[in-house]
Amino acid sequence: MAYDKFNILKSSCVPLPIENIDTDQIIPARFLKATERKGFGDNLFRDWRFNTDNSPKKDFVLNDEKFNGQILVGGKNFGSGSSREHAAWAIYDYGFRCVISSFFADIFRNNCLNIGVLPVKVSAEFLDKIFKAVYDDPKIEVTVNLPDQKVLIPKLNLSESFDINSYKKENMLNGYDDIDYLMNIKDNIIKFSKNTPL
Amino acid sequence: MSKTLFDKVWDSHVVHKIKDGPDVLFIDRHMVHEVTSPVAFLGLKNRGIKVLFPEKTFATADHNTPTVNQHLPVKDPLSANQLKALEENSNEHGISYWGLGHEKNGIVHVVGPEYGITQPGATIVCGDSHTSTHGAFGAIAFGIGTSEVEMVLSTQCIMQPKPKKMRININGNLNKGVTPKDVALFIISKLTTSGATGYFVEYSGSVFSNMSMEGRMTVCNLSIEMGARGGMIAPDEKTFEYIKGREFTPKNNDWTNAMKYWSTLKTDDDAIFDKEINFDGNEINPMITFGTNPGMGIGISKEIPNADSQDGGLQTFKKSLSYMDFNEGESMIGKNIDFVFLGSCTNGRIEDFREFTKIVKGKKKAPNVTAWLVPGSHKVEKAIEEEGLLKILNESGFELREPGCSACLAMNDDKVPAGKYAVSTSNRNFEGRQGPGSRTLLASPLVAAAAAITGKITDPRTLY
Repeated sequence: MAYDKFNILKSSCVPLPIENIDTDQIIPARFLKATERKGFGDNLFRDWRFNTDNSPKKDFVLNDEKFNGQILVGGKNFGSGSSREHAAWAIYDYGFRCVISSFFADIFRNNCLNIGVLPVKVSAEFLDKIFKAVYDDPKIEVTVNLPDQKVLIPKLNLSESFDINSYKKENMLNGYDDIDYLMNIKDNIIKFSKNTPL
Repeated sequence: MSKTLFDKVWDSHVVHKIKDGPDVLFIDRHMVHEVTSPVAFLGLKNRGIKVLFPEKTFATADHNTPTVNQHLPVKDPLSANQLKALEENSNEHGISYWGLGHEKNGIVHVVGPEYGITQPGATIVCGDSHTSTHGAFGAIAFGIGTSEVEMVLSTQCIMQPKPKKMRININGNLNKGVTPKDVALFIISKLTTSGATGYFVEYSGSVFSNMSMEGRMTVCNLSIEMGARGGMIAPDEKTFEYIKGREFTPKNNDWTNAMKYWSTLKTDDDAIFDKEINFDGNEINPMITFGTNPGMGIGISKEIPNADSQDGGLQTFKKSLSYMDFNEGESMIGKNIDFVFLGSCTNGRIEDFREFTKIVKGKKKAPNVTAWLVPGSHKVEKAIEEEGLLKILNESGFELREPGCSACLAMNDDKVPAGKYAVSTSNRNFEGRQGPGSRTLLASPLVAAAAAITGKITDPRTLY
């Protein structure tokens, strides 16, 4: 499925400075029963966000009106655990287009790239600077510039570069889809399959 | 050029290399289950395309299934709908489907090896992170997201950059009461849950070569818990002996040819890894976790460490202990527990039930403990009965449930209530993993059995 193009995103941020946030927290297993990709944002961080009677937990950041925006900033090792793409879907469906962290779990990172959420890996020092900037001024604008591969906090004159391979970068910039790519080399794949040992 | 086992298998499956991009990797075997596949099949429908190689995909229902009264219609309408979708999608595309009630039904990573779908040198994927289990046979096996499930269904390929390579060497003899689960929890406690992120791991050394195939599966299964894409062990006589004659393994001439390929599947002597880590098998003790990720594990007789000695930041560590209602410096031994769960793709195989039974034989289940014993498949269930284990378990006050993922992720009714402690042989102790508010202590089948008998965290070595 082709997805939204990503170019330059300017937004305030939602800070979540906890390490090892696993995909079970992002979306608990009991909300994985859908057969369509719909409504996962409602259950994003369900058990951190709501009490068992479904009332919002006041001290959780998504329930704090001060913080909003399209960028989620998480602690080190974000997205560990289960391969459920539903975690990336929930983040997207809630309205985030970018996750910034100092370290991502592999499968989660791939899932994000495959659905058009940009995972941006920054240094631990820069991550701390973003957290501090956002706590000092929750409305502070952060710029994620994909063409230049840079994260900037213009007001504080801070910036850092990030890595992304050029294939995925092109896909994100243009909203290209991997399956379209693979379908175009289908003949090669079929030919290859005839010579596999198993 | 010298190659590692991982290089040999990966490189021989690259259909196409993209400059400064991922490799297009051919997938030999694809396993699907009801939870991570429906949106992928929907994608195919929207594109108007069919599954390219339906004979390379195998479907089983496991994540959502009840573990009692499987002969009755599934009560939960959402679960029933997902199971129905898997059945319909499999039928529509001509995929083998082992649904609820089918004699081959079971947890995807238990049935794959049981029926010989898992083979050395294969590339195996599934929309489930514990696909790394199949690496025990010298396969490259790892979990993928639903977008990638759609890629495999439509083109039998995924697109991923080649990971870095790590080798973990453990030699020496394992102490009494130390099982493959303890070896894995020990490694994860040393490396942390992100210590192998970006790497594919090869396990090497006498500890792994002496291990049974079931044990190797347990170790490879948990590779993802230290962040690795997967883990693998070079195939040997034990591997070939295990797979020979199974339904989907090659027969006659095909077997001879396959053996020629499989015998090449080992790391060359002078091959280079990006990282090598060594441990001594004698250092390992029965393990238990005290926190909310699998890296937060200690030897069972040790005290909960201080926050300042921990990876993961003070705030995260304190949040974790507060969730568990544990304190720094406390001993794990003697803590009361409420539930015991034996099962999952980590420890739901016959060997695990043998170990559990070894401890409980001639003793009685503690009255305060609710025990869920869930075989990984019907084949395991049958073996438990045929080997006489069921009789012993029943005499000790335990009952056997029907196969499935069950309380490992609590998508069905097998949920540990809020605030209760469960000693679980599964793979994740994340907050709420076994039910909202549940508190999980990961351990081996031996530790689980000792807890089930005494109602407390108990060193299993004191019971046999």
